Amino acid sequence: MSKEKRHIFSVLVENRFGVLARVAGLFSGRGFNIDSLNVAETHDESISQITLVTHGDAQIIEQIYQHLNRLIDVIEVTDLSTGTHVERELVLIKVATDDPQKRTEILQVAEVFRGRVIDMKPASLVLEITGDEGKLKAAIDIFSTYGIIELARTGKIAMMRGATK
Amino acid sequence: MYPSRLQSWNEKVFYFQQTYGTTECVLGPFMREIGMELSGARILVDCLKREGVEYIFGVNGGAAMPIFDALYDETEVKLIPMRHEQGASHAADGYARVTGKVGVALATSGPGATNLVTGIATAYMDSIPMVAITGQVLTDFIGSDAFQECDVIGVTRPICKHSYLIKSCDEVADVVAEAFHIASTGKPGPVIIDIAKDAQKNETLFQYPETVDIRSYKPQVDGDPAQIAKAAALIKEAKKPMLYAGGGVVLANASEELQELTLKTQIPITVTLMGLGAFPETHPLAMEMPGMHGSCCANYAFTDADLIVAIGARFDDRVTGDLDKFAPNAKKIHIDIDASCIGKNVPVDVPIVGDAKNVLTELNKLVDTADIDPWRNQIQEWKQKYPFEYEQKANKVMPQYVIEQIYEHYRDAIVVADVGQHQMWAAQYFKFTEPRQWLNSGGLGTMGFSLPAAIGAQLGCPDKTVVNINGDGSYIMTIQELVPAITMKLPLKIFIINNMYLGMVRQWQELFHNKRYSAVDYHDNPDFALLAQAFGATGLRVEHPEDVEPALLKAKGINDGPVVIDFIVDEDENVFPMVPAGAGLGDVIRGLS
Repeated sequence: MSKEKRHIFSVLVENRFGVLARVAGLFSGRGFNIDSLNVAETHDESISQITLVTHGDAQIIEQIYQHLNRLIDVIEVTDLSTGTHVERELVLIKVATDDPQKRTEILQVAEVFRGRVIDMKPASLVLEITGDEGKLKAAIDIFSTYGIIELARTGKIAMMRGATK
Repeated sequence: MYPSRLQSWNEKVFYFQQTYGTTECVLGPFMREIGMELSGARILVDCLKREGVEYIFGVNGGAAMPIFDALYDETEVKLIPMRHEQGASHAADGYARVTGKVGVALATSGPGATNLVTGIATAYMDSIPMVAITGQVLTDFIGSDAFQECDVIGVTRPICKHSYLIKSCDEVADVVAEAFHIASTGKPGPVIIDIAKDAQKNETLFQYPETVDIRSYKPQVDGDPAQIAKAAALIKEAKKPMLYAGGGVVLANASEELQELTLKTQIPITVTLMGLGAFPETHPLAMEMPGMHGSCCANYAFTDADLIVAIGARFDDRVTGDLDKFAPNAKKIHIDIDASCIGKNVPVDVPIVGDAKNVLTELNKLVDTADIDPWRNQIQEWKQKYPFEYEQKANKVMPQYVIEQIYEHYRDAIVVADVGQHQMWAAQYFKFTEPRQWLNSGGLGTMGFSLPAAIGAQLGCPDKTVVNINGDGSYIMTIQELVPAITMKLPLKIFIINNMYLGMVRQWQELFHNKRYSAVDYHDNPDFALLAQAFGATGLRVEHPEDVEPALLKAKGINDGPVVIDFIVDEDENVFPMVPAGAGLGDVIRGLS
């Protein structure tokens, strides 16, 4: 399985009920895995964008691409991994701050990751951090040592570099 | 506006005809002009008329009653009441297969809809254009576990090309137009329209869309010229080329173009179970069906070929056998309307996405007679050495003999087979020469498909003889559809190849499960001839070889309703040749002895 690669698909779909189920069903029905999924409206409210991270060998990725294209409600599929692209993910981390001394330390670490504090309570604080997969993993690893109470992440969003779509 | 005292549809139509002197089929625009509103169900039926629907196969029930009511006094779209919803979907399927038009099935919510499911999946696997309409509970009740509620869209999602839930009567016209467009274009397939009961009853102005434009659905019908040129070059170079055509050729109405390609290049051709008839099996270049129970010639050719030109075929596992041993020396050209079909099972050298008719028309301009005499001679040698053959046992009705006799006496008939041993024997021993002459559930392998599909086929082709070749196991799965066939006096020829077993499974048990015949013994079958008579059809029973031909001749003369002949055949006969599941095509077992 050494040829397995991670791919990010950007899928533009009609903004209708049931479309996500069709996309997800395509994966579950064929035993393909979804590693990350993000869905939201675009600037055109009749169109939603699904950003989907999956992995597989070249043949599986080609199948995923073709099957996505085959869905009636899918307008356009782009495999962002075929070109240079930017990708971001946002994570909210609620860290325990029972020990007041630790709080300063946590804030310093957050600074390293350009995290923002968006809520602070006597025993906890919530940090917002954006970045690519590697950065978020590093941040999560570090904050685990302080005690993560809760964590939520958006799933990846991504875009090709340059003026083209 | 029309006077408000007019309540029923009939009253409105009568008033309208009196006042405006127009006929029903142009009512829509006029009614819109005068602000007359129609119910969602009436709009649905009017839309079906505009799509040229002749028949709608259905079973009535609570959540679909307004639609059935609208069909009650309808003459252009004829309602065919079936006895089970599965029968309705298979009948719509059979109609679509013979006519090439969209078949329409109708059922109520919940169990009505789930009963349609097998027929929808059958159509999906064989890419048959179909629109299945299901009633749904009232909009406000959706999701409340209401009586006879089922998430039909959810249940059918993986087995349809597309689906719609209509919650408002305003959506009906647009959805129906889109559904028919999607079902019949590109790679055809079933489309579900689930329509809430209040959307059927509520009234609105009716306007049918003149054109359908779906921004996310633009099937690619023309092949890339560069790829077609590449294909032509490969064909020119090849020393051992073969054509491999499938059901896609029939669906694309591309048989003529396929025949032109074959005759122009003189390249040997094998046509799959789904494509039989796309090229005449009687032609010297025809190698007959490939695959698990296909001809040795076609299978050996695959194994030896240096070029395979696949046209509307999908390298199904029943055709290829073990993929590692499949056509090891061959380059592959794959022409298919569905890009996701190409490279799915077998790596392809020249993929061409497009409609078979368009692509072959272009390809035919670039090819010439292939200089491959040694290869042609090899094919002829295999063909002569390994024909389909069987041993005539003394005093036994051999199933293959029955098929040969059916072919002898019903050569021009449309043949609708079910699934199992009889299906394979029919495919082997009946030599099909016309597209849409052979109907069977090749993809899903649905037992019970054939009798209702034969009803649809007979309605679609009223001037043709329709022969239903059935098994004793499959016949009883949808036997209830004999009732509508009798009511409509359809002259179906229903021939049961009765070996008192679930024969294909018995064959596998004999070969691969140490003859442990689990749940396949059907010696408790009823007497199908008597049963046919109880239904009200003609029923005959044949137990001796010498009675086969007279019975078939007798059936020919009975045309005021279905005739059922129960052929009691040799119980132990197996289908050969056979490529065991998982083996390579070269390892074909030619026979037991």
